[in-house]
Amino acid sequence: MMLGTASGRKRRGKAISDPGPLPKYTGRFGEQQAERLLWRAGFGPKPGEAAALAKHGMRHAVLSLTRPSNQRLVGPAPQLENGQPIEPFDVWGNDVLWWLDRMVRSRAQLIERMTLTWHDWFATSNEQVNSQRLMINQNWTMRNRCLSSFPRMLTAITIDPAMQLYLSLAGSTKQDPNENYARELQELFTLGVDDGYTEMDVREQARALTGWTYTWNADTGQPDDFRFEATLHDDGVKVIYGHHGNFSWRDSLRLVLHHPDHPKFFVTKLWSYFSAEPLSARDTKAAEYLYVSSGKQIRPLVEAMLMHPTLHAGQRMVKPPIVQLAGMLRGIGRYIDTDAWAWESSQIGQMPFYPPNVSGWDATRWLNTGTWLARFNLTAEMIGQQRALDPSKVKVKADPKAMTKQAIDFWGKPTISAPGRHALAAYAQAAAVDSASASWEREQYPVLTLNALRALVVATPDYQTS
Amino acid sequence: MRQPTCSCNDFDRAQLLRRGAAQAGRGLPVIEPGMPMPAGTGLNRRSFMLSATGMLLSVYGAGRLLDTAAFEAGIANAASTPNGRVLVSVYLQGGIDSMSVLCPVGDPLYSTYRKVLGLPEGAGPTFTEDPRLQWHPQAAPLATLHAEGKVSALPTIGYTDPMNQSHFTSRHYYEVGAMDANLLTGWLGRYLDVVGTADNPLQGLCLDDSLQPALATAKVPVATIDLPSDYSFYAEGVWGPPQDLMYGAFRSLGEVGVRSGDVGLKESGQAAVMSTTLREQLLPFQPAPNATAPALPAGYPTAGDSFPARMAAVAQMLAAGLPITCATVTTDSVFDTHESQASSFTSGLGEAVQTLYAFQRDLEARGLADRVLTVVWSEFGRRPQENASAGTDHGAAGCGFVIGENAAGKMIGEWQGLASGLDSLGNLTETADFRSLYCSVLEKWLGQDAAQIIPGASSLPRVTVVQ
Repeated sequence: MMLGTASGRKRRGKAISDPGPLPKYTGRFGEQQAERLLWRAGFGPKPGEAAALAKHGMRHAVLSLTRPSNQRLVGPAPQLENGQPIEPFDVWGNDVLWWLDRMVRSRAQLIERMTLTWHDWFATSNEQVNSQRLMINQNWTMRNRCLSSFPRMLTAITIDPAMQLYLSLAGSTKQDPNENYARELQELFTLGVDDGYTEMDVREQARALTGWTYTWNADTGQPDDFRFEATLHDDGVKVIYGHHGNFSWRDSLRLVLHHPDHPKFFVTKLWSYFSAEPLSARDTKAAEYLYVSSGKQIRPLVEAMLMHPTLHAGQRMVKPPIVQLAGMLRGIGRYIDTDAWAWESSQIGQMPFYPPNVSGWDATRWLNTGTWLARFNLTAEMIGQQRALDPSKVKVKADPKAMTKQAIDFWGKPTISAPGRHALAAYAQAAAVDSASASWEREQYPVLTLNALRALVVATPDYQTS
Repeated sequence: MRQPTCSCNDFDRAQLLRRGAAQAGRGLPVIEPGMPMPAGTGLNRRSFMLSATGMLLSVYGAGRLLDTAAFEAGIANAASTPNGRVLVSVYLQGGIDSMSVLCPVGDPLYSTYRKVLGLPEGAGPTFTEDPRLQWHPQAAPLATLHAEGKVSALPTIGYTDPMNQSHFTSRHYYEVGAMDANLLTGWLGRYLDVVGTADNPLQGLCLDDSLQPALATAKVPVATIDLPSDYSFYAEGVWGPPQDLMYGAFRSLGEVGVRSGDVGLKESGQAAVMSTTLREQLLPFQPAPNATAPALPAGYPTAGDSFPARMAAVAQMLAAGLPITCATVTTDSVFDTHESQASSFTSGLGEAVQTLYAFQRDLEARGLADRVLTVVWSEFGRRPQENASAGTDHGAAGCGFVIGENAAGKMIGEWQGLASGLDSLGNLTETADFRSLYCSVLEKWLGQDAAQIIPGASSLPRVTVVQ
């Protein structure tokens, strides 16, 4: 490395003064708070899990997520309808099933949830990469570093083959530098759009990042042997953020990580995955301080965010589609037994490994008339003929309140607010009691109504948010 | 949907990139290094329901923020000027064998090149402008429209670059309207960028699962829809009054969220209320409970494929006054006939031509025929010399058609004959450049100076496309 006079290290020395720690939630931590935490930091509770977690108190609940004692998968291995095992590398959609299975079965829920966060942050789509193997390798790269340090994560992602293909870093050479990765590195990954860098910085960063290449493997029909070749690297002098030097790709990352605008971008973006309400200016400063003083570690920041009062007592957030899908499976104790979920994840608006573009999914617009329809129809697939009640075989007492409770219990007893329960019970009264006159109707309508109520629980705003 | 009759890797690759999904279980095909990315790949997409018509639109645009509420207003305003001209682009996917659409039965070398696949003289109607050529029997409806002066045939459209016979690259050229692997906007998209507005995604309408790259824009939004009839809710084990009442419960559950005072609950509740309203607006579009599919107007093939239904939807939407300027539709049939060509080609051509004919008659019946011009294209033609598998391999120039009441009705380019009209690789040389066709359509049909749209337009000759 050859840095010019005004080195990045000096900039880091210009430390922010300590504004004090981030505030901690001190209110009641009961089953409902634990339920929210498990949806925000995981894929929702299995039946009974929220109550059990609540007993430990907020601090220990958070630490059990950020420092999991084991990462085992619990429950039967994923399979297709025909009983065959999934083939994540080779069969369309089985990559989605592979990850969805981890979301459903992993004891280390936050690890999977943070992996999803990084997949959105460093959004890479197999639509362009076209290799499920490279995408899954990238997924492990993210999982293994998901709570480590951001510089370590950024380094690994920069040299990740799927990312190098997706943002044209592989093949970017001294003769023909490609600005794609250099631009998104700054705009989407570390600094924010037009924040603290110029078009000239994009070009110069692109030069610093040149030298990556790969070989086409005719046997596998896949790109292979991703590597850095010094002869393809532009080792001339570049000017980046006012620094002069014959910067390498590692210098490129060091410079952007030491950029004074990076900490604010980082903590603001990370927080947005846990809450839709922005942090106050003071808390943003506190988070920046924690981030920088810890050496840009991820885990301490995530722990502080998960203990923040706004996370526990603030406004509700719409559950990301794939989080709700995995959580529904967890709620009813179903495991991966069909490839339908690969298609369904696309319908509801979040197919893992296929983000819409490099800026990831737009979490401010998960719901519209199309995706709301898809979430409802997903419920029918989830319940299926196997779990639907057959009016020729079962009897249901026409008691609207009791039926509402049965329907909520079906999903593992999620919290549904009193107005939501009343609306469900009003439907049950109309459908199972008021519209039934003939004796066969009085016998069958309650069963049909309970089937509908189960679907309607998932349609409540309470269930669709956390 | 029909599958290609061969495993042609770059064709599958092109399909993959556009649909984002291979058929389950077929695995992934080989990628050819150096292939261009499809135009429009980097565009953002949002989906929303157009409440006036009940169609689910996927709107594509270059901006980070696409304002779906503004689109509703923009579409409603634009709808008040329904007399604009419309261009419909129909893509025959896979590279159709032009010598089996307009068969050169009068060419002395035809029977040499097409020992197995050749058709006998008199099997179909003669092409009146050049009696050496004969329409395939399944193309007879086009001969009928041609006799009415409503079809301009291009027997050898293409470009001069005989070294490139990749589906992907050639299709890309046709889509972007230039022989440029790196151009990321489509030729229709660039036209819409000049004349279109920021609030009307229907100006560029793609009836498909994903955006047709010819419509990829840099500035203005464009839309894709599947079909207008698929907005229906389903719950397992629910029917009769409990089902009917269930839809009403959507609204009351949604209103609980709307009234809650919480941001997240309100967002979810609003989606529930909007979806309920939409479902009610759409009830007339729903197929009857026991019907398999809504009936198409008379004449369209009824096999249940997407292409006829989507063409019928274009006519229906134009008749409803929707502000469409350019529409793109792709055939279900894949014409990549490397082996056993005759059977799949015959059924595929039959459905494509019958649909085009029905579409024209549908427009005429609705009084829309003078507003619409349809351009039919494929990425290339196939090699004149049939292969040993009773199929044909990738060639160079192929056929195209311009259809409409205002079409010039005269052949563009010519049939040069197999003795002199082949290049060094034995493929047909072009007698009409696809970019010349685009320039002429832009200038004579859409009234747009092609210099702003097609690179190198000034040096391209023009052809006569409209009367």
